[in-house]
Amino acid sequence: MSDPDLRRVPVSVCAALLLIALACLAFWAALAGPFPLSFADLQHAVGSGPALSPAQHSVLLRLRLPRLLAAVAIGGGLAIAGCSFQAVLRNPLADPSFIGVSGGAAVAAAACLASLSHLHFIALPPQILIAISALAGGLGSAALVLRIARVDGDAQPITLLLAGLAINALAGGLLGLIAYSSNDPTLRAITLWLFGSLDRAGWPELAVAAPAILLAALSLWRLAPSLNALLLGEAEAAHVGVHVAAVRRGTIALAVVCTACSVALAGVVGFIGLMVPHMLRMLIGPDHRSLMPLSFLGGAALLTLADTIARIAVQPAEIPVGILCALLGAPFFLGLLLHWRRSPVLS
Amino acid sequence: MLRTDQLAFSMQGRLLLAPLSVSFQPGRLHAIFGPNGAGKSTLLRLLSREWGTARGQILLDDRPLSDWAAADLARHRAILPQQHALTFAFSAAEVVALGRLHAERRTATRERQIVADALAACGAGTLAARSYARLSGGERARVQLARVLAQIWEAPAGRARYLMLDEPTAHLDLAFQHACLRLARDWLQAGVCVIAVLHDPNLVLAYADDVLVLDHGRLRAQGSPSSVLNAELMQEIYGLGAERLQTPDGQHWLAVRANRAATP
Repeated sequence: MSDPDLRRVPVSVCAALLLIALACLAFWAALAGPFPLSFADLQHAVGSGPALSPAQHSVLLRLRLPRLLAAVAIGGGLAIAGCSFQAVLRNPLADPSFIGVSGGAAVAAAACLASLSHLHFIALPPQILIAISALAGGLGSAALVLRIARVDGDAQPITLLLAGLAINALAGGLLGLIAYSSNDPTLRAITLWLFGSLDRAGWPELAVAAPAILLAALSLWRLAPSLNALLLGEAEAAHVGVHVAAVRRGTIALAVVCTACSVALAGVVGFIGLMVPHMLRMLIGPDHRSLMPLSFLGGAALLTLADTIARIAVQPAEIPVGILCALLGAPFFLGLLLHWRRSPVLS
Repeated sequence: MLRTDQLAFSMQGRLLLAPLSVSFQPGRLHAIFGPNGAGKSTLLRLLSREWGTARGQILLDDRPLSDWAAADLARHRAILPQQHALTFAFSAAEVVALGRLHAERRTATRERQIVADALAACGAGTLAARSYARLSGGERARVQLARVLAQIWEAPAGRARYLMLDEPTAHLDLAFQHACLRLARDWLQAGVCVIAVLHDPNLVLAYADDVLVLDHGRLRAQGSPSSVLNAELMQEIYGLGAERLQTPDGQHWLAVRANRAATP
């Protein structure tokens, strides 16, 4: 192929590399930390050789394994949500945390947590209550932002980002208000939504979020051919047989599910949905049939990497992973802006 | 057969199309002709279902157009749009393959063959591996034409196919303008109905079987191009002096008189 923008890495090669990277990172995440484990301990954990000490067992199975799986589900979910928002809004800068979806979900989740003691009449575990609140908050803010940005049936890229900015400012204020009026243990938990951290990820939280994220991600993948056609334009997609309104509604709802479940579990982790699909689009091209599953793998690998660094960088303490992602993602975003500021996409 | 029954359309109180009852036959090339703002694109948008019908109705094979499922419709009716916005880095062949989304799927080899054949038919065979974003306006127009042809490449059993072209010749050079309409005429042989918005009266005279002249949203004339397009019509709807010529082989031409006097 002669044109430089079509020089691509074969999808199978890219997928294999990502799987290998994810596997290596998973081992690293399981072994690294203030309480050291060796590869041999890992072999013992799956049954061969002497049993692990109770402490080792507890660290591996009750702390690191659920946290690793949460990083995989959340990273993958956020990346595939970003990829979907970018396709359906025809906006290369759409990231769940920029367009207000994460912010709305975080406020609703934090509000639910702060008022848990008043909600005891609802016979549901708190993990499910918080996830449902996050979903309602995410859907609400998505509907609001999209309604504001939609002019003559087309979401305006700049208005969309500005509306997202306003919603995020409001969400920041509300989160601050909830934190300010909370007592100490709630306050500690609410900083989770402010900064984004996998600290709280245990099996019960994972059991709620992971199946929802996986199902939503698989459903989004099934929409990939329609999202490809949507790149032609909405009228043209309708002419080749896409039920545009249904695909748009479905994609946004499923992407909000991925985002809200991630937020319920780990707070606002930004930039994953922006960075991963962009890097992959440059590597393998814009076809969503391969871009979406690879984005999931890439997001999973990136968040596993970031979370492990966040855990071991200042041990025994840890940095919230959301802060690390922001430090990594903001320069990336500035780079994209420099690249796109003259492009008609943003005018 | 595609026909309209008292089809009308207005937007924000302005009448864009006055009630119109016409039919489009398989195997014929129907041209839609008229000045800017005459309602040509409005009619095409209604026929393609891009806009919903407000008044009157459109019947496709005796079924209201609005009753057809989008995917079903896509198998035997394709539309070439006027503008082609696509910013992601697809190759020309990938753009053409997007047209096959709801076509009856064949084997991967057969699909690739259809894409290659469609590109070749539009004189764009050499562009297959090029980046669409880097093509010139005329090259993009040819790739998009290949995409809509690929969409309805094979006839669904017992159904007519419809090809709607919105100013297909707009970005094309003279040779490709004729090649494009020559190609459309080839498709007529296979029982395809072609509906094309055209601006050049001589292309209408040379290639269309039937012409629909619109002006200010109203039907001004309809019939065979040689009986409809004449000097009086050109004067009435464009305010241009013109002369009808006939070459020895019986082909009609409209020569538009240049007006080189300075505008007062």
